[in-house]
Order: sequence, then C-alpha cells, then structure tokens
Amino acid sequence: MTYTAAIFYFFAAILVFAGLRVITARNPVHAALYLVLAFFTAAGLWMLLEAEFLAITLVLVYVGAVMVLFLFVVMMLDINLDRLREGFWDYLPLAGFVAVLLMIEMALILGSRHFGLDVTGTPASRSADYSNTRELGRLLYTDYVYAFELAAVILLVAIVAAIALTLRRRKDSKYINPAEQVRVRRSDRLRIVKMQAEKRPGARIQDSGEGGA
Amino acid sequence: MGTFYVDWAAVQTVLWTLLKIMAVVVPLMLGVAYLTYAERKVIGWMQVRIGPNRVGFQGLLQPIADGLKLLMKEIIIPSGANRSLFLLGPVLAIAPALAAWAVIPFTDTLVLANINAGLLYVMAITSMGVYGVIIAGWASNSKYAFLGAMRSAAQIVSYEIAMGFALVGVLMAAQSLNLIDIVQGQAGGWNQWYVWPLLPLFVVYLIAGVAETNRAPFDVAEGESEIVAGFHVEYSGMAFAVFFLAEYANMILVAALTTLMFLGGWLSPVAFLPDGIVWWLLKTGFVLFLFLWFRATFPRYRYDQIMRLGWKVFIPVTLVWIVFVGGMMQTPYGHLFH
Repeated sequence: MTYTAAIFYFFAAILVFAGLRVITARNPVHAALYLVLAFFTAAGLWMLLEAEFLAITLVLVYVGAVMVLFLFVVMMLDINLDRLREGFWDYLPLAGFVAVLLMIEMALILGSRHFGLDVTGTPASRSADYSNTRELGRLLYTDYVYAFELAAVILLVAIVAAIALTLRRRKDSKYINPAEQVRVRRSDRLRIVKMQAEKRPGARIQDSGEGGA
Repeated sequence: MGTFYVDWAAVQTVLWTLLKIMAVVVPLMLGVAYLTYAERKVIGWMQVRIGPNRVGFQGLLQPIADGLKLLMKEIIIPSGANRSLFLLGPVLAIAPALAAWAVIPFTDTLVLANINAGLLYVMAITSMGVYGVIIAGWASNSKYAFLGAMRSAAQIVSYEIAMGFALVGVLMAAQSLNLIDIVQGQAGGWNQWYVWPLLPLFVVYLIAGVAETNRAPFDVAEGESEIVAGFHVEYSGMAFAVFFLAEYANMILVAALTTLMFLGGWLSPVAFLPDGIVWWLLKTGFVLFLFLWFRATFPRYRYDQIMRLGWKVFIPVTLVWIVFVGGMMQTPYGHLFH
C-alpha cells in the first residue's frame, strides 16, 4: 500500500464514520459538528485528487461560513429530542422505501461499468506549478460564462427573496439613523447660559469635601 | 492492496517536516509571550504607567511567570458542561491559528510549504478559528459564555466577507495566489507596495483583521462590563491560556499577512539596503504596534455599530474598489495597479 492509498483509506474511514454519526448522534449540536468533520475530511479527499481549489473552497464556504450559521441556529433552538423521535416507527417504511429507491438509482449510474478505472482512467498527474485555480477560473469565465452568469443571477434572486421575506419595520424600534446622529451639533441640543454665581438666601455654605469621594 | 512496507524516505520526510514545524512554532510561541509583555508595557506607557517591571530585568520574565502560574492552576470543568466539547474548544481555537503559519513565507526561500493556493489556504484555515469560540461558549453551559460566543460568531462571519474581498484586490494586483509571488510583485521600493494602489482595501483589511481577532475596539465577545469575559468565562488554568495564545497567535498572523500583502513582506523599502527577514519582522512589529495603539485609544464599539460598519461600509467600499481596480487595469494606467 502506498502512502497516498494509506491516506485515502484513513480519510475515507473518518468520512464514513462522521457521516454515520451525523444521522445517529442524539445531540443536534454533536450532529452538526460531525457534519463539519465530514466536510473537512471530504476536502482532504479532494486534495488527494489534486483539486486544490475545490477542496479549499469547500472548507472556506461550508466549514467556515455555512456550518457556522447552522451551528448558530441549532444552538439557539430548544430542541426536544423525545418529540423529534416520536413516530419513528411509523415513518420507517416510507423512509426505507425512499432509501432503497435512492440506492437503486445510484447503483444504476455509479456502477463500476460507468465509473470504473477502465472507463474514466486515472487523471493525469500535473506538475507542482500547475494552477488548478487559474484553469478553473479560465473555464468558468470563457467556455461556461453563460451557465455561470445564470447561476449567479439565480443566487441573486434568492438573496433578494430572503431579504424581502425577513425585512419588516418594527414599530417599537428605537433605531436612529447614524448619519443624523453624527450630524448633530452642540448648538442643536445645548444652550450655555452665562450668569453670575448666586447663593440661595439663608443657605449654609456646603462642606466642599462632601462630593469628592 | 499489495504488501505493506516501511517507506524510509517518507519517514525521513515526516521527521524533517516535524523539525521545520518546530522551527516555526517555537519562535511563534515566544513571540506570543513577549507580545503580551509588549502590550502591557506599551499600553502602560501610553497611560503614563510603568507596566510590569518586577519579574526579571525590566519585567522581562513576566510572561514566563504568567505562563508557569497558568500551568500550575487547576482546570475546572463546570458540572453542567458538555465535557468533551468543553475540552475540544481550546484545541479548535489554537489549531487553525498555528496551522495557517504553514504557508507564511519569511523570505523568498524561508517557507515551510510554498503552495500555489497559499492565500486561499490561509483564508480557509483562519475561517475555522471561530469554531473554538462557538464550541467553548456552548459547551460551558453558561449564559455569559453563550452570549459571547454568539456575538463572536456573528462578528467573525460578517467581517470575513470584507476581508475576503480585500484579498481579492490583492489577488487581482498580483495575479497569483502564491504568497511569495504576491511579495515579489511588490519589488522595487516602497512606492511599489500594494498599500498605495489598494489603500482602501488595506484599511478595510487592517480593521477587519482587528475585528476578526476580537481585539479592542471590537472585543464585544469578551466585553467584561456586560458579559464578564464572554466565551471563556468558565475556563481556568491552561485551558484559558490556550485561548489567550490563540488570540495573540492570530494577531501576529494578521499582522504578518498585512505585511506580506500590502507592505512588501521581506522587501527593503529602499534600493540601497538589502532585502531580508529583518524587514519582515520590522513591518510585522509595526502592524502589531498599531493593534496595541488601537486598544489604548478607542472606546469599545456598540454591537449594532460593529454590524453596520462591517456590512454597510466595508463590503460596499471593497466592492467598489475591486471594480475600480479592474476597470483601471484596462486603461493605459493599468501598470499602476500591478
């Protein structure tokens, strides 16, 4: 077994274990953290395929941003585990049917007849100065520019929709426009009155040390 | 699968790499120790105090004494805490802070791993630092820790976007993701550094760097007047010290990256002096001094102001400047932006 193969089996074992734990962990926070582990390990496998841009982006986007927000939400929710597990046996037949269907579909497409080493072959190994990032960028912005732009527009629509769904003006908000805040001048709010010091008639002179502490 | 055999060349490579890692981590940890000393001294002087001056000459052994004290202390695990995650939190905080140093070049030959996608690697690894904070805050089973973790998570995710866009500007100017190539692109004296054509991005990167490391004036994650000490309020002894180490290692990392990407790294500012690691250290030290100066000068931001600054000021500024740089590169003045 070569060094690379040893790494592959090591990562694959962790990935399968983490994937299993995502669906079997009782605590949702643990499940989310196992998903983080699964993403990270998958990035390691992609790195073995010399797809360094995809591998690093997987960590950057999914581990560094998406899963953080995911954890954020999961931690704030008050999840009742017993209620979640209610009706497990009722749903099992339907879920089992869907799972078997998925397995059959995947077996049809991903069988060794279509994806074996004799069909696709080992990808050519590139030299160290080959930039996967540059090649990917060139392809995306030349050959596949329309598909890329379409995907970008769909994402933009999704962003606008998400903001429109959650945007609401709260009536009890005490929000003040910061631009107005910084534009305030002293003369708008404060008036200094110059006058002589006066003494209340009949008052004793206060002890000056009283307010010092 | 074939037979398993011991690959002595691989073993040798692993041992040699371990030695190199030690050569990076040991000076880094010493740097962290003396950065805490420098912070206390500098802020002391700025506030017309003396700062630590009892342990050793001029207080120079103070960080060692602090470290020993924290090592001796007991690590208390709160009874309601999630034990495994509570212990995992500090590990996840320090691991990315150290792992990112693998690709940081000190000179054009002195680098642990000179990889093509160095800049992407640094961004990906540093984006994982937030897990230490979140997990620590959640596993502590304490309101203050949890609030601190939530604040920190929202803040780090927000500022990472502005930071990433600032780096896109650098990537456009250097046309490479390799950190050594980025520095080489700034050769030719101080006026060739990317800080000049990318000045708005430099400012955004520096301030976002302060926010990313949860430093004052963006340190609401540990705002002691509101939530005691934030996410690490339940930690004691070495577990607390590890968070401390991670914060300072991240500070040095951000300073080093600012130096590499905007201030010409190890390149000499003038032609008659040779390039060298001295310049790298001087520039990084200067950026670190800025960090300390900020802390001594500015009052803490309010939380909604932090969010507003990140989303409504920094992200538009970076977007506009990226488009501007891209447009200018197509004009006869394009060479100014390379």
